[in-house]
Amino acid sequence: MKPPPFDYTAPRSLGEALRALADAAGDGKVIAGGQSLVPLMNFRFARPGLLVDVNRIPELTGIRRRDGELRIGATTRQADAEQSGIIARGWPLLRQALPHVAHQQIRNRGTVGGSVAHADPAAEICSVLLAYGGRVEVASVRGVREIDASDLFVGQFVTTIEADEILTAVVVPPPPAGTGTAFHEVARRHGDFALAGAAAAVTTDDRGRCERASLCLLGAAPTPIRRAAAEAHLVGNELTDAVLAEAVALATADIEPPSDVHGSSAYRTRAAREMAARALTEAFARSARDRGQRKEAS
Amino acid sequence: MRVEINLNGKPFAADVEPRMLLSDFIRHEACLTGTHVGCEQGGCGACTIQVDGRAVRSCLLFAIQVDGSTVRTVEALSDERDGALHPLQEAFRECHGLQCGFCTPGFLMSLEPALASGPLDDEQAIRDAISGNICRCTGYAGIVDAVRHASNTIWNDPDIGTVDDLGSLGEDAPRSGAGDE
Ligand SMILES: Cc1cc2nc3c(=O)[nH]c(=O)nc-3n(C[C@H](O)[C@H](O)[C@H](O)COP(=O)(O)OP(=O)(O)OC[C@H]3O[C@@H](n4cnc5c(N)ncnc54)[C@H](O)[C@@H]3O)c2cc1C
Ligand code: FES
Ligand code: FES
Repeated sequence: MKPPPFDYTAPRSLGEALRALADAAGDGKVIAGGQSLVPLMNFRFARPGLLVDVNRIPELTGIRRRDGELRIGATTRQADAEQSGIIARGWPLLRQALPHVAHQQIRNRGTVGGSVAHADPAAEICSVLLAYGGRVEVASVRGVREIDASDLFVGQFVTTIEADEILTAVVVPPPPAGTGTAFHEVARRHGDFALAGAAAAVTTDDRGRCERASLCLLGAAPTPIRRAAAEAHLVGNELTDAVLAEAVALATADIEPPSDVHGSSAYRTRAAREMAARALTEAFARSARDRGQRKEAS
Repeated sequence: MRVEINLNGKPFAADVEPRMLLSDFIRHEACLTGTHVGCEQGGCGACTIQVDGRAVRSCLLFAIQVDGSTVRTVEALSDERDGALHPLQEAFRECHGLQCGFCTPGFLMSLEPALASGPLDDEQAIRDAISGNICRCTGYAGIVDAVRHASNTIWNDPDIGTVDDLGSLGEDAPRSGAGDE
């Protein structure tokens, strides 16, 4: 189908874009990569009166490290993030997740900020942001503010970003030295949305005991979810079979993923268990390997 | 609104409504019907073209968004060779990489930049590279063969392969660390 008519503006500065959005009084929508919004408009599920195209605003793009933190401009293409040396070296969980986001042709256009603002329950980037304890910067004519990932995702496709706000950057703090990470998902085809997935970041001490753990599930609930009980169970322990089984049980006991043509709720729950187990096992192993390498180097 | 682009090496301009999809702009304004439209939701890949050297879905872009950009469609492949087939097209013909041909332009435009950045001969790597394109006829086996064949032609025979042409495409779209500052 074809989208309904709309007005279009492509401002060159953030200030102009914010003004246009404010003036549209709720009838305006930001378009970034358009890889989620345009299908919605083609189906006429979304009918914005004004599209504010943020792709021509230079300050919204680019990947940099600032005060040790990773700062990804909102309109940075997912494909560029995938190729980034800064991300691959410092935030490997994001690098591991990015190839699972849609197909190359979609990542060439889709943006990091757009994925976060869209807040699909199965979006890889959202789950990584939550697992790393990151945050977003948003701006409006009223001012700028930061939103912690833990306060950002409130429902399926719903965030705490207001209609007159533009997400300007995604910010991720540096993981502690010796952190191992892993990302696993099940999808019908490479590039399809995940039926279930897990992102894990684990820091271990010299004896292989967990100091810090972060586990996030995607596709298991209306938003990506951090699994605090499982994380707490891991801290202070080595990853024995019993510890892993208990952590996975704690992580998945209360999930009720939706049933649809792609998979039943029961199947998705089992898949989530398996993905959590794989992600944790690999993250522990990588942390141990990293610790070994740093010992050798010193 | 006025849209001015470089289309397959030549300037092209038209006045269109903001809601005109790039796929429709190419087919109905520029009258280049090699770009096919299947789903208009990003899923099938038939509409894949290249904007500024990168393979993208033309059904998920509004024409006004690419004002000032360089757009390449499947017609460019043989136009640039005075009507002769591109090695990738030759390989699809040779290996039965198509039957009805509806999906083929999307496969070609997706694969051309992928092949320009390096050989593609491993089965899994080929299957990953074509995962964003659906074919309802071939069962993919012929397409996988065609990609391997094209990769061998392009990367092993400098005379046939015109790696230089393809290479310059790659430079327009620097991949490695492009977003880093
Ligand atoms: C076939 C297909 C498969 C896909 N598979 C996956 C997948 O497996 N995993 C996955 O995560 N995604 C997938 N996607 C979605 C894709 O990753 C999108 O690129 C992403 O969800 C949205 O990013 P975008 O830049 O395209 O945003 P847009 O489509 O431009 O915008 C999406 C929404 O976010 C809002 N928005 C965008 N940017 C901002 C901003 N800076 N500030 C405020 N609001 C903003 C828009 O107003 C809109 O409501 C798929 C898409 C397609 C078409
Ligand atoms: S028509 Fe564009 S992806 Fe199907
Ligand atoms: S050849 Fe018919 S759809 Fe691919």
